[in-house]
Amino acid sequence: MTLGLWPPRALTRKLWRELWTMRSQAVAIAVVIAGGVGTLVMFLTSLYALTETRAAFYQEYRFADLFVSAERAPVGLLAEIAEIPGVQRLADRVEAGATLELPSFDEPITGQLLSLPDGENAVLNRLHVSVGRLPEAGSGREVVVSDGFAEAHELRPGDRLSAVIRGRYQRFEIVGVATSPEHVYQIRPGDLMPDHRRYATVWMNREALAAAYDMEGAFNSLTVALTRDARPGEVIAELDRLLEPWGGRGAHDRDFQTSHRLLEDELTQLRSIAVLIPGIFLGVAAFLLNVVVGRLIATQRETIGILKAFGYSSGAIALHYLQLVLLIVALGIGLGVGLGYVLGEQLALLYAEFFRFPFLDYRLQPRTVAIGAAATTLAALLGTLTAVQRAARLPPAEAMSPEPPPSFRPTLFERLLAYWGVQRWLGQPTRMILRSIERRPGRSLMAIIGIAFAVGILLISPYQRNALDTIVDAQFSLVQRDDVSVTFYEPVSRRALHELAGLPGVQQVEPYRQVAVELIAGHRTHRLAVLGLERDASLRRLLDQEFAEVPLPTAGVLMTDYLAEMLELEVGDTLEVRLLEGRRETVQVPVSGTIAEYIGVSVYMELTALNRLLGEGDAISGAWLAVDAEQRPALLSALERRPLVFGVIESEAALENFRDYLDDTMGAILVLTTALAAVIAFGVIYNNARIGLAERSRELASLRVLGFTRGEVSYILLGEQALLILLALLPGFVVGHYLYAGLVAAVESDLYRVPLLPSPAGMATAALVVLVVAVISGGVVRRRLNRADLVAVLKARE
Amino acid sequence: MSDAEVFRASALTRVYRMGEVEVHALRGVDLVLYGGELVVLLGPSGSGKSTLLNILGGLDRPSAGTVTVHGHDLTAAGEGELTAFRRHFVGFVFQFYNLIPSLTARENVAIVTEIARDPMAPEAALELVGLGGRLDHFPSQLSGGEQQRVAIARAIAKRPQVLLCDEPTGALDSKTGITVLEVLERVNEEFGTTIAIITHNADIASMAHRVIHFKDGLIDAVECNTQRRRARELSW
Repeated sequence: MTLGLWPPRALTRKLWRELWTMRSQAVAIAVVIAGGVGTLVMFLTSLYALTETRAAFYQEYRFADLFVSAERAPVGLLAEIAEIPGVQRLADRVEAGATLELPSFDEPITGQLLSLPDGENAVLNRLHVSVGRLPEAGSGREVVVSDGFAEAHELRPGDRLSAVIRGRYQRFEIVGVATSPEHVYQIRPGDLMPDHRRYATVWMNREALAAAYDMEGAFNSLTVALTRDARPGEVIAELDRLLEPWGGRGAHDRDFQTSHRLLEDELTQLRSIAVLIPGIFLGVAAFLLNVVVGRLIATQRETIGILKAFGYSSGAIALHYLQLVLLIVALGIGLGVGLGYVLGEQLALLYAEFFRFPFLDYRLQPRTVAIGAAATTLAALLGTLTAVQRAARLPPAEAMSPEPPPSFRPTLFERLLAYWGVQRWLGQPTRMILRSIERRPGRSLMAIIGIAFAVGILLISPYQRNALDTIVDAQFSLVQRDDVSVTFYEPVSRRALHELAGLPGVQQVEPYRQVAVELIAGHRTHRLAVLGLERDASLRRLLDQEFAEVPLPTAGVLMTDYLAEMLELEVGDTLEVRLLEGRRETVQVPVSGTIAEYIGVSVYMELTALNRLLGEGDAISGAWLAVDAEQRPALLSALERRPLVFGVIESEAALENFRDYLDDTMGAILVLTTALAAVIAFGVIYNNARIGLAERSRELASLRVLGFTRGEVSYILLGEQALLILLALLPGFVVGHYLYAGLVAAVESDLYRVPLLPSPAGMATAALVVLVVAVISGGVVRRRLNRADLVAVLKARE
Repeated sequence: MSDAEVFRASALTRVYRMGEVEVHALRGVDLVLYGGELVVLLGPSGSGKSTLLNILGGLDRPSAGTVTVHGHDLTAAGEGELTAFRRHFVGFVFQFYNLIPSLTARENVAIVTEIARDPMAPEAALELVGLGGRLDHFPSQLSGGEQQRVAIARAIAKRPQVLLCDEPTGALDSKTGITVLEVLERVNEEFGTTIAIITHNADIASMAHRVIHFKDGLIDAVECNTQRRRARELSW
């Protein structure tokens, strides 16, 4: 016996025709699915691209495993270090800071100078030279500059660069542009954002740099590659022991390497978003499919009964409706993969602006597509299973008889009004709306949740904006109140302050002292620089959670509250501080209080108390200046040639750089989140209204016959949608709050914390966007309602 | 019954396009309905009776010809005027009741009285159709006959001048059907409402003042009942 063709051609034709009839709804759902698949593919593909690119770059260019700096260690020590078990390769070098000058740019540029083996590439953290070449052996004038800097100033080989190295003005010629695994994220330590115009890494032959810094036969920076079976902790301990006499500042692994750390944080954030956003979309898509297919099956009860009466099995019927679902899903996946691929490349390129990889391994992974397709199909099947099962299970006789009239009852809300004796306030149309919502609580709830997520996604961008604005405000107007910050090469005497005060435009000078330390609290340790400032400092203020000033204690330390949590310390506890400079002792200091900071973690101490601990007189590491704006250029050029001044940071420029970043990035995020949310909102609202129209066309036509105007009838249909939207707004604000809380929790670290602040303006905008979407979908549905043939609808059997 | 003309239809035609086929539902109908009259429209399916009723009730427009209501040209009325016309002037009763399932009997009537000019109380309308005891029942809790009576109460509650009924007993058994016809008879007599009833059932014709026979989109014959029967005397 043969079962003939499968699937039967007639059934296939039915499938395609029905898909065509419900095309606008199918497309609306497919677009939501495309949003899910698209974001998933976008995030996974860029995640994959960044991870793979990083791995390839690190390996090919030999990114070191350990990093350590010292004051001045003899090269002879290297043989001993190489003997440490687990050490595979060593790269010693000279590292120094300098102020750079470009003929075309009259602001100070902070430079990190790194030595290269004479005429060769580095052993570890090798340079990828994208333009030009490495300095020739023996040349003291040729340098290679970091690519971010070169791009920002459009520098090419042959261009000139000068540097003030320990007060000596030197001219260099740029021969190459490069990056290295150490410099994927080219950011000046302590900055919020990379500022490629004002920060550069400059590589030059060792001989020239060593001569300038009195490092002949010595090194002050060492990077180490470990063998596969090495125990990093033990190697670090040995390194610290061997370098201790030479001013070793403590070795650390990649986790404390700025570029690696920031890149890793970004990838972590991307990983959590890659699950969150597509998850929301696919959940909404599953719900929409459930509602739409459920409705389709309800209208096809009789057809199902007849098919079964003709001998189609339940399985065949189930398969038939599943095919419909899968066709919509396939459309969504196709759209989504294409969209995700295109958007993913844009995202990866956006990342590439911040992370300077020499190449970007961007391609669509079959695995990513498979994950996207599988997740979507699973969500769709879960969403439609109950509806399809219902169709398959109907006994033919029951299926062929019309569905019994729906039963309704007065809603809880009405009964409450009745209890207060004011139910007459409700007109009949309003009752219809309320009862319709309450009759299908599950569907109404899911619609509310769907819209709430759309509102929530819309809040991400304003929350981010709000958070960053708050950080900027706190950082640049409350905490850092200086106009210019000056760093010296090495601690100098306070007399330098008088010299600074005498420079043009300087209105106020306040000193600070910075000391590298290791904090020890039980088994927890953290390395940072303690900042010593004067008690009455007004250019740098320490604030608590409420932005109130916290006075510096005379003896103990103040620390960032996040750091206190990390070290499990409370106010009143004693902290061990291992000084990595000066007397290099370990001292006990009480924790006198905590302060709130968004960026980094810090420990503050009174300047003289800190110097007393160090056993140094009145040394200072730098100063903050308040400056007359008009004389700023004069001041900056005066500072550039000062022998002891190495770093000059202008608050204004840093702020401007940060604002530029905000405008660039936030604009893109705003467009993307708004588009995503609009897709979800439209998918939910439009489909809901269409289903409502289909289910209620009869009663709406009845009302038209009874003399209701189109507007009055639309009120009943669209009023229900409007009420659902109103009900969704508040939960939406809550969803948005927690969505953002989840995102910031994923990135919270000692590098920065993002404040979670409600954004009323953002909420208003989110509500407005959803309302606009609702009005558009309402308009589309209302046009259908107006076109409906009153007579035909009414004469049809229920 | 009075001699005042309520509706006057002249040379009414209605052509539908069904795909590639033209259907001539009305082929030139002339008809006058008088105030307070109870008319039965008889004829086979597709003979044009429903089309006529829909045009008279402002649910449809003729392809040619005119309809006047108390001398006003209905065919020239705009969408808004037609809505107002349906709201204040005519009541409809359909074969499949078309009640709002989410509203109780009382609320189904109230939905009309809330927008009408001088309506009776919903309770009074339901009392009139014998449903004073089922005010707060939802359609799903009512029998077919009861649902149809709610539909009639809803149609008459605004005190329309005309009641247009398209197969009002078509979905009911004869006993229930007769109860519904009794209600229509009562409305006609107590309020002087002009009533047009479409039916396939020739037995119902004997309760009418006039019986209009339709065939192929034209009026085939008009007869006046000299001897009307009461609704309760009917059987089929």
